[in-house]
Amino acid sequence: MIEWLTLLQILVAVVGGAIAVMLGLIGRRPSDLTMAFTGVVALLLIVQLGVAIASPIMGNEPSGSLLEFYIYLISAILIPFGAGFWALLDRSRWSTIILGVACLAVAIMLFRMSQIWFIQGA
Amino acid sequence: MPPHANEHTRRSGLGRVLIAVYAVLALAALGRSFFQIATKFHDAPVAYVLSAVAALIYVVATIALIAPGRTWMRVAWVTISIELAGVLIVGFLSIFLPVLFPHDTVWSVFGRGYLFLPLVMPILGLLWLRRSRSPLAVAGETR
Repeated sequence: MIEWLTLLQILVAVVGGAIAVMLGLIGRRPSDLTMAFTGVVALLLIVQLGVAIASPIMGNEPSGSLLEFYIYLISAILIPFGAGFWALLDRSRWSTIILGVACLAVAIMLFRMSQIWFIQGA
Repeated sequence: MPPHANEHTRRSGLGRVLIAVYAVLALAALGRSFFQIATKFHDAPVAYVLSAVAALIYVVATIALIAPGRTWMRVAWVTISIELAGVLIVGFLSIFLPVLFPHDTVWSVFGRGYLFLPLVMPILGLLWLRRSRSPLAVAGETR
């Protein structure tokens, strides 16, 4: 795991999540903006997967449990994709809120993942 | 009231957000419980079996909220009530008799490890089920 990348992604997920929840609450349907934020969060999670696979090979070992880390990562990847498909099928304001909730959930999981990688066993 | 008058409302409006959060909670509890059982089951078999049972109840509750029909509606009532009872009982015991729960479960300290969602969600869930049962709710949010 790379610290700045993870921080950046948490920031994107929190900002995107907050925007989507607010837009949903004022009645907006899923838009390019909210879908894009969710898409970027999903894309960065795939990048995280690549980084997670490459890191130990390059000597960047997790301080905590790699298994626990991967459970979080795989679960986190499912969330934005699930919310994105939901938003494509159900074009209501509630889907916008769900996109936001998905981004916020990913932010929390990334925070947990960074704890496992950097702090847990240190 | 026709038998399926509530079907429309249970899965509409705010109910969808409720289902989404339940799905995430089910996923989180399943993942946590899988890890606990896979790596340290012998440390605390009772606590980790409880975690696994709680995770399964979240999965069933999520399905019951989505699936149509009166039976599923009843399943939703039962599973969400069990969740509320579980989080209250384990929550209180873990604070006042921590000896009983030295290891974390989803319900320890009212779901502290999960942003207290295990405490909040069943309450919102039961309120939602009650609301979607009343005929008034049919006129509710449909956007």
